[in-house]
Amino acid sequence: MWRHLTPAIAFALLGISLTWVLLRIGSHDLDVREIQSPLLGKPAPIFSLPSVLDAAPRVESGHFLGAPYLINVWGSWCAACREEHDTLLKIASQHQVTLVGLDWKDDPNAALAYLSELGNPYTEVASDQEGRVAIDWGVYGAPESFLVSAQGIVLFKFVGPLTEAVWNDQFLPRLQKGAP
Amino acid sequence: MTGLARALISLACTLILSSQALAIDGSAAFSDVATQARYDALAHNLRCLVCQNQSIADSNAELAADLRRQVREMIAAGQSDQQIKLFMTERYGDFVLYEPPFSARTSVLWAAPLLLLLACVGGAWRVIRRRSQQPIDDTSTEDVVGSKDANVGRSS
Repeated sequence: MWRHLTPAIAFALLGISLTWVLLRIGSHDLDVREIQSPLLGKPAPIFSLPSVLDAAPRVESGHFLGAPYLINVWGSWCAACREEHDTLLKIASQHQVTLVGLDWKDDPNAALAYLSELGNPYTEVASDQEGRVAIDWGVYGAPESFLVSAQGIVLFKFVGPLTEAVWNDQFLPRLQKGAP
Repeated sequence: MTGLARALISLACTLILSSQALAIDGSAAFSDVATQARYDALAHNLRCLVCQNQSIADSNAELAADLRRQVREMIAAGQSDQQIKLFMTERYGDFVLYEPPFSARTSVLWAAPLLLLLACVGGAWRVIRRRSQQPIDDTSTEDVVGSKDANVGRSS
Protein backbone atom coordinates (compact mmCIF):
# COMPACT_ATOMS: atom_id res chain seq x y z
CA MET A 1 0.00 0.00 0.00
CA TRP A 2 2.68 2.51 1.10
CA ARG A 3 4.87 1.46 -1.75
CA HIS A 4 2.22 2.63 -4.24
CA LEU A 5 1.61 5.91 -2.45
CA THR A 6 5.24 6.93 -2.03
CA PRO A 7 5.68 8.47 -5.52
CA ALA A 8 2.39 10.36 -5.19
CA ILE A 9 3.38 11.71 -1.76
CA ALA A 10 6.84 12.70 -2.97
CA PHE A 11 5.32 14.48 -5.95
CA ALA A 12 2.77 16.27 -3.75
CA LEU A 13 5.54 17.49 -1.38
CA LEU A 14 7.57 18.75 -4.33
CA GLY A 15 4.52 20.53 -5.74
CA ILE A 16 3.67 22.13 -2.40
CA SER A 17 7.23 23.40 -1.82
CA LEU A 18 7.51 24.83 -5.36
CA THR A 19 4.12 26.52 -5.03
CA TRP A 20 5.19 27.98 -1.68
CA VAL A 21 8.35 29.49 -3.17
CA LEU A 22 6.39 30.89 -6.16
CA LEU A 23 3.80 32.45 -3.87
CA ARG A 24 6.54 34.07 -1.76
CA ILE A 25 8.14 35.51 -4.90
CA GLY A 26 4.72 36.70 -6.06
CA SER A 27 4.00 38.45 -2.76
CA HIS A 28 7.52 40.03 -2.73
CA ASP A 29 8.49 38.26 0.52
CA LEU A 30 11.31 36.65 -1.37
CA ASP A 31 13.46 38.47 -3.91
CA VAL A 32 15.42 35.91 -5.89
CA ARG A 33 17.51 38.69 -7.43
CA GLU A 34 18.63 40.01 -4.06
CA ILE A 35 22.26 39.34 -3.23
CA GLN A 36 23.44 38.91 0.34
CA SER A 37 26.13 41.55 0.95
CA PRO A 38 29.48 40.17 2.10
CA LEU A 39 30.02 43.51 3.90
CA LEU A 40 27.59 42.73 6.74
CA GLY A 41 29.39 42.66 10.09
CA LYS A 42 32.56 44.04 8.47
CA PRO A 43 34.08 47.54 8.61
CA ALA A 44 32.39 49.93 6.18
CA PRO A 45 34.49 50.80 3.09
CA ILE A 46 36.30 54.10 3.48
CA PHE A 47 36.00 56.83 0.87
CA SER A 48 36.85 60.42 0.13
CA LEU A 49 34.74 62.09 -2.54
CA PRO A 50 33.80 65.59 -3.68
CA SER A 51 30.63 66.96 -2.14
CA VAL A 52 27.49 67.64 -4.14
CA LEU A 53 26.44 70.27 -1.60
CA ASP A 54 28.74 73.22 -2.06
CA ALA A 55 29.09 73.72 1.70
CA ALA A 56 31.74 71.05 2.27
CA PRO A 57 34.89 70.69 0.17
CA ARG A 58 35.12 66.89 0.44
CA VAL A 59 33.13 64.07 2.01
CA GLU A 60 35.32 61.80 4.16
CA SER A 61 33.81 58.55 5.46
CA GLY A 62 35.93 58.71 8.65
CA HIS A 63 34.13 61.91 9.56
CA PHE A 64 30.89 60.00 10.30
CA LEU A 65 32.38 57.60 12.90
CA GLY A 66 31.08 58.02 16.44
CA ALA A 67 27.40 58.00 15.54
CA PRO A 68 25.37 55.54 13.42
CA TYR A 69 24.89 56.60 9.82
CA LEU A 70 22.93 55.56 6.75
CA ILE A 71 24.59 55.46 3.34
CA ASN A 72 21.85 55.95 0.78
CA VAL A 73 22.84 55.25 -2.84
CA TRP A 74 20.79 57.29 -5.28
CA GLY A 75 20.90 59.33 -8.46
CA SER A 76 18.78 62.00 -10.06
CA TRP A 77 18.27 59.53 -12.97
CA CYS A 78 16.78 56.90 -10.65
CA ALA A 79 12.99 56.68 -10.67
CA ALA A 80 12.70 54.38 -7.65
CA CYS A 81 14.73 56.92 -5.62
CA ARG A 82 11.91 59.45 -5.97
CA GLU A 83 9.60 56.83 -4.49
CA GLU A 84 11.60 56.62 -1.26
CA HIS A 85 12.36 60.32 -0.94
CA ASP A 86 9.51 61.14 1.45
CA THR A 87 10.62 58.27 3.69
CA LEU A 88 14.17 59.66 3.71
CA LEU A 89 12.88 63.10 4.70
CA LYS A 90 10.92 61.50 7.53
CA ILE A 91 13.95 59.49 8.73
CA ALA A 92 16.04 62.66 8.66
CA SER A 93 13.47 64.48 10.80
CA GLN A 94 13.74 61.78 13.50
CA HIS A 95 17.49 62.42 14.02
CA GLN A 96 18.31 58.78 14.85
CA VAL A 97 21.03 58.43 12.22
CA THR A 98 23.15 60.70 10.06
CA LEU A 99 21.95 60.47 6.47
CA VAL A 100 24.77 60.36 3.94
CA GLY A 101 23.86 60.36 0.27
CA LEU A 102 26.05 58.61 -2.31
CA ASP A 103 25.15 60.27 -5.60
CA TRP A 104 25.97 57.43 -8.00
CA LYS A 105 27.05 58.05 -11.61
CA ASP A 106 25.26 61.34 -11.72
CA ASP A 107 25.82 64.92 -12.76
CA PRO A 108 26.26 66.92 -9.51
CA ASN A 109 24.20 69.78 -10.94
CA ALA A 110 21.31 67.43 -11.78
CA ALA A 111 21.63 66.05 -8.23
CA LEU A 112 21.44 69.55 -6.74
CA ALA A 113 18.36 70.37 -8.85
CA TYR A 114 16.74 67.11 -7.68
CA LEU A 115 17.38 68.00 -4.03
CA SER A 116 16.10 71.55 -4.34
CA GLU A 117 12.95 70.20 -5.99
CA LEU A 118 12.18 67.39 -3.50
CA GLY A 119 13.98 68.61 -0.35
CA ASN A 120 17.34 67.50 1.07
CA PRO A 121 17.26 64.76 3.72
CA TYR A 122 21.06 64.35 3.69
CA THR A 123 23.63 65.77 6.08
CA GLU A 124 26.20 65.22 3.35
CA VAL A 125 26.10 64.04 -0.26
CA ALA A 126 29.17 62.48 -1.88
CA SER A 127 29.49 62.59 -5.64
CA ASP A 128 30.60 59.23 -7.10
CA GLN A 129 30.58 60.08 -10.78
CA GLU A 130 32.93 57.25 -11.79
CA GLY A 131 31.15 54.66 -9.65
CA ARG A 132 34.35 53.49 -7.91
CA VAL A 133 33.10 53.93 -4.35
CA ALA A 134 29.86 52.20 -5.33
CA ILE A 135 31.90 49.15 -6.40
CA ASP A 136 33.65 49.16 -3.00
CA TRP A 137 30.20 49.01 -1.39
CA GLY A 138 29.03 46.24 -3.72
CA VAL A 139 26.28 48.44 -5.15
CA TYR A 140 24.42 46.92 -8.11
CA GLY A 141 21.36 49.14 -8.37
CA ALA A 142 19.82 52.27 -6.93
CA PRO A 143 18.40 52.87 -4.45
CA GLU A 144 20.41 50.86 -1.94
CA SER A 145 20.78 51.71 1.75
CA PHE A 146 23.49 50.64 4.20
CA LEU A 147 23.16 51.06 7.95
CA VAL A 148 26.55 51.58 9.63
CA SER A 149 27.13 51.51 13.39
CA ALA A 150 28.89 54.24 15.39
CA GLN A 151 31.97 51.96 15.33
CA GLY A 152 31.88 51.84 11.53
CA ILE A 153 30.51 48.29 11.14
CA VAL A 154 27.98 47.58 8.36
CA LEU A 155 24.82 46.44 10.17
CA PHE A 156 22.34 46.03 7.33
CA LYS A 157 21.88 46.47 3.61
CA PHE A 158 18.54 47.09 1.95
CA VAL A 159 17.99 47.00 -1.81
CA GLY A 160 15.08 48.96 -3.26
CA PRO A 161 12.99 51.94 -2.17
CA LEU A 162 12.79 52.48 1.60
CA THR A 163 9.37 52.63 3.21
CA GLU A 164 8.45 53.51 6.77
CA ALA A 165 7.51 49.88 7.40
CA VAL A 166 10.92 48.69 6.18
CA TRP A 167 12.65 51.33 8.33
CA ASN A 168 10.71 50.42 11.47
CA ASP A 169 10.81 46.63 11.03
CA GLN A 170 14.24 46.04 9.53
CA PHE A 171 16.49 49.02 10.30
CA LEU A 172 15.48 50.19 13.79
CA PRO A 173 15.89 46.80 15.55
CA ARG A 174 19.44 46.48 14.17
CA LEU A 175 20.19 50.09 15.02
CA GLN A 176 19.09 49.49 18.64
CA LYS A 177 20.96 46.18 18.86
CA GLY A 178 24.07 47.64 17.23
CA ALA A 179 24.74 44.31 15.47
CA PRO A 180 23.76 42.78 12.10
CA MET B 1 26.63 13.60 -43.05
CA THR B 2 26.70 16.97 -44.78
CA GLY B 3 23.96 18.08 -42.38
CA LEU B 4 26.15 17.20 -39.41
CA ALA B 5 29.15 18.94 -40.97
CA ARG B 6 27.06 22.04 -41.55
CA ALA B 7 25.84 21.99 -37.95
CA LEU B 8 29.42 21.68 -36.68
CA ILE B 9 30.59 24.58 -38.84
CA SER B 10 27.77 26.83 -37.66
CA LEU B 11 28.53 25.85 -34.05
CA ALA B 12 32.20 26.74 -34.56
CA CYS B 13 31.20 30.09 -36.06
CA THR B 14 28.94 30.83 -33.10
CA LEU B 15 31.76 30.03 -30.67
CA ILE B 16 34.24 32.21 -32.57
CA LEU B 17 31.79 35.12 -32.68
CA SER B 18 30.82 34.82 -29.01
CA SER B 19 34.47 34.76 -27.94
CA GLN B 20 34.74 38.21 -29.49
CA ALA B 21 31.89 39.61 -27.40
CA LEU B 22 34.39 42.02 -25.89
CA ALA B 23 33.98 44.10 -29.00
CA ILE B 24 31.51 45.64 -26.54
CA ASP B 25 34.48 47.69 -25.30
CA GLY B 26 34.96 49.10 -28.78
CA SER B 27 38.49 47.78 -29.25
CA ALA B 28 40.83 45.28 -27.63
CA ALA B 29 41.80 46.39 -24.14
CA PHE B 30 45.35 45.02 -24.32
CA SER B 31 47.76 44.85 -27.24
CA ASP B 32 49.36 41.74 -25.74
CA VAL B 33 47.36 38.68 -26.89
CA ALA B 34 47.93 36.66 -23.70
CA THR B 35 46.85 39.55 -21.46
CA GLN B 36 43.77 40.14 -23.61
CA ALA B 37 42.91 36.42 -23.24
CA ARG B 38 43.21 36.72 -19.45
CA TYR B 39 40.94 39.76 -19.50
CA ASP B 40 38.39 37.96 -21.74
CA ALA B 41 38.36 34.92 -19.46
CA LEU B 42 37.91 37.03 -16.31
CA ALA B 43 35.18 39.19 -17.84
CA HIS B 44 33.31 36.08 -19.01
CA ASN B 45 33.48 34.55 -15.53
CA LEU B 46 32.18 37.66 -13.70
CA ARG B 47 28.45 38.10 -13.46
CA CYS B 48 26.77 41.38 -14.32
CA LEU B 49 24.85 42.07 -11.11
CA VAL B 50 22.21 44.27 -12.73
CA CYS B 51 21.34 41.84 -15.53
CA GLN B 52 22.01 38.66 -13.62
CA ASN B 53 22.00 36.21 -16.51
CA GLN B 54 24.80 37.93 -18.39
CA SER B 55 28.51 38.15 -17.71
CA ILE B 56 30.12 41.59 -17.57
CA ALA B 57 31.65 40.75 -20.96
CA ASP B 58 28.19 40.50 -22.52
CA SER B 59 26.40 43.37 -20.82
CA ASN B 60 25.88 46.96 -21.86
CA ALA B 61 24.89 47.99 -18.34
CA GLU B 62 26.88 50.87 -16.86
CA LEU B 63 27.85 48.78 -13.86
CA ALA B 64 29.23 46.07 -16.17
CA ALA B 65 31.32 48.73 -17.95
CA ASP B 66 32.61 49.98 -14.57
CA LEU B 67 33.52 46.43 -13.52
CA ARG B 68 35.30 45.81 -16.85
CA ARG B 69 37.28 49.02 -16.26
CA GLN B 70 38.14 47.75 -12.77
CA VAL B 71 39.38 44.41 -14.17
CA ARG B 72 41.44 46.16 -16.88
CA GLU B 73 43.07 48.48 -14.35
CA MET B 74 43.87 45.64 -11.95
CA ILE B 75 45.42 43.56 -14.75
CA ALA B 76 47.44 46.59 -15.88
CA ALA B 77 48.57 47.07 -12.26
CA GLY B 78 49.96 43.53 -12.30
CA GLN B 79 47.35 41.88 -10.09
CA SER B 80 46.76 38.13 -10.43
CA ASP B 81 43.44 36.52 -11.44
CA GLN B 82 43.08 35.35 -7.84
CA GLN B 83 43.50 38.89 -6.51
CA ILE B 84 40.94 40.25 -8.98
CA LYS B 85 38.40 37.53 -8.12
CA LEU B 86 38.98 38.15 -4.41
CA PHE B 87 38.42 41.89 -4.94
CA MET B 88 35.06 41.14 -6.58
CA THR B 89 33.85 38.54 -4.07
CA GLU B 90 34.79 40.77 -1.10
CA ARG B 91 32.35 43.32 -2.51
CA TYR B 92 29.68 41.34 -4.32
CA GLY B 93 29.92 37.87 -2.74
CA ASP B 94 30.45 34.49 -4.43
CA PHE B 95 27.43 35.21 -6.63
CA VAL B 96 29.58 37.47 -8.81
CA LEU B 97 31.57 34.43 -9.97
CA TYR B 98 30.01 32.05 -12.49
CA GLU B 99 32.17 29.37 -10.89
CA PRO B 100 31.69 29.85 -7.15
CA PRO B 101 34.56 28.49 -5.01
CA PHE B 102 33.99 25.37 -2.92
CA SER B 103 33.08 26.41 0.64
CA ALA B 104 30.69 25.38 3.41
CA ARG B 105 27.96 27.51 1.85
CA THR B 106 28.45 26.21 -1.68
CA SER B 107 29.13 22.57 -0.72
CA VAL B 108 25.53 21.52 -1.47
CA LEU B 109 25.70 23.27 -4.83
CA TRP B 110 28.86 21.45 -5.85
CA ALA B 111 27.99 18.09 -4.30
CA ALA B 112 24.38 17.88 -5.54
CA PRO B 113 25.11 16.59 -9.08
CA LEU B 114 27.44 13.90 -7.73
CA LEU B 115 24.96 12.88 -5.02
CA LEU B 116 22.11 12.71 -7.55
CA LEU B 117 24.23 10.59 -9.87
CA LEU B 118 25.13 8.22 -7.01
CA ALA B 119 21.46 8.00 -6.00
CA CYS B 120 20.43 7.15 -9.58
CA VAL B 121 23.17 4.53 -9.96
CA GLY B 122 22.25 3.07 -6.57
CA GLY B 123 18.55 2.96 -7.47
CA ALA B 124 19.21 1.39 -10.86
CA TRP B 125 21.53 -1.18 -9.30
CA ARG B 126 18.84 -2.19 -6.77
CA VAL B 127 16.16 -2.59 -9.45
CA ILE B 128 18.45 -4.57 -11.73
CA ARG B 129 19.56 -6.84 -8.89
CA ARG B 130 15.96 -7.44 -7.78
CA ARG B 131 14.85 -8.26 -11.30
CA SER B 132 17.72 -10.60 -11.95
CA GLN B 133 16.89 -12.54 -8.79
CA GLN B 134 13.26 -13.01 -9.88
CA PRO B 135 12.35 -16.37 -11.42
CA ILE B 136 11.10 -15.87 -14.97
CA ASP B 137 7.75 -17.54 -14.23
CA ASP B 138 7.21 -15.51 -11.03
CA THR B 139 3.48 -14.91 -10.57
CA SER B 140 3.67 -12.75 -7.44
CA THR B 141 2.49 -9.12 -7.79
CA GLU B 142 4.49 -7.95 -4.78
CA ASP B 143 7.04 -6.13 -6.88
CA VAL B 144 5.62 -3.11 -8.68
CA VAL B 145 8.31 -3.12 -11.33
CA GLY B 146 8.05 -6.86 -11.93
CA SER B 147 4.23 -7.13 -11.74
CA LYS B 148 3.53 -6.22 -15.35
CA ASP B 149 5.92 -8.84 -16.64
CA ALA B 150 4.48 -11.33 -14.20
CA ASN B 151 0.94 -10.66 -15.44
CA VAL B 152 1.98 -11.19 -19.03
CA GLY B 153 3.58 -14.45 -18.03
CA ARG B 154 0.41 -15.61 -16.26
CA SER B 155 -1.98 -14.83 -19.13
CA SER B 156 0.04 -16.71 -21.72
